[in-house]
Amino acid sequence: MKFKALTVAALTVAMPVMALAGPDDDKLVINGEIEIVTKAAAPAHMEETGIDTVMSGWHFRADETQALEMDDFDNPGMIFVDQAIDAWNMAEGSEGKSCASCHDDPSSMAGVRAVYPKWNEAAGEVRTLAMQVNDCRVNKMGADKWKYAGGDMASMEALISVQSRGMPVNVATDGPVKAVWEQGKELYYTRTGQLDLSCASCHEQNYGNMIRADHLSQGQINGFPTYRLKNAKLNTVHARFKGCIRDTRAETYSPGSAEFVALELYVASRGNGLSVEGPSVRN
Amino acid sequence: MASGVKPRVKAPKSADAGEVVTIKTLISHKMESGQRKDSDGNVIPRSIINRFTCDFNGQNVIDVELFPAISTNPYFEFEATIPEAGDMKFTWYDDDGSVYEETKTVAVG
Repeated sequence: MKFKALTVAALTVAMPVMALAGPDDDKLVINGEIEIVTKAAAPAHMEETGIDTVMSGWHFRADETQALEMDDFDNPGMIFVDQAIDAWNMAEGSEGKSCASCHDDPSSMAGVRAVYPKWNEAAGEVRTLAMQVNDCRVNKMGADKWKYAGGDMASMEALISVQSRGMPVNVATDGPVKAVWEQGKELYYTRTGQLDLSCASCHEQNYGNMIRADHLSQGQINGFPTYRLKNAKLNTVHARFKGCIRDTRAETYSPGSAEFVALELYVASRGNGLSVEGPSVRN
Repeated sequence: MASGVKPRVKAPKSADAGEVVTIKTLISHKMESGQRKDSDGNVIPRSIINRFTCDFNGQNVIDVELFPAISTNPYFEFEATIPEAGDMKFTWYDDDGSVYEETKTVAVG
């Protein structure tokens, strides 16, 4: 009985700490002008999850970290956006073309990030932004592919994302993408690793709670690519997925794999209605 | 010259005479400390910004010495009193002898 008494005591101590956690109600306005929707009514397909409000990961971070995203000068992710502008204008490959040769100014990419991953009819597959960028590099520019979750790709994704900042995420979940979306959903709820955790274990059933020192968010990806203070660089969605699955002590899928593309589509669709926020700042 | 170095400054375009304004500066620089080794075990030579200054119409506002423990992309935010209209000149000194400069004009009134 002594053991039981101790357990009760431990629970009582732990309770007040948990009550302090939870998302805040701050408002995110970038540069004093771009209003970001960081809380939105959950999309219809999430009815069975019991979540009625989807929230950007921004709400789960400390005030100091939040502030870094409110001004582009303070946002370290914008350094990589600047670098990507140089890459955008730089002709590479056998065709002597740059991104700008076909797409003119990066501002022509407005609205693109909001709808990716999306179905590509010609290729007959679901494409992420990174796949599309590499397709352009190989087939239009005659250049080498970029590493899927590497620095060049993350920076270019940031440049493309920033054009859509403030626009609502709106990825398709039915039609030709339906099968891939279902596969992504399956993966989201599949437990992996020695710790036997699925995405849902943390980000659906326990968001707002602390997992040791980390404040669990809903795992939304509207803010990607994300500048993380812990590694001082931009992080792509797939690199984040890999990190999460590794943390369950499982062998992970590779960035750019069909499994991660499917998962990205499903997770993105859970954020339909939130604003595109990338490049965001997280810890 | 180290690659990917780009200075950035955020300063107001105009101010009242005698007003205290906030200046933000950032230079993208890898700030290689000289303590790390590459995959072959060779020490990567130190390459950092070692000094940063700001002058207003020739008068020094701030003069900072930097050391290897300062992390990548050094950021400085400071306040300055604007006595009159003029040019604010920012200078970063690289270990390799490169000097990066940026000038912002502040109007008064």
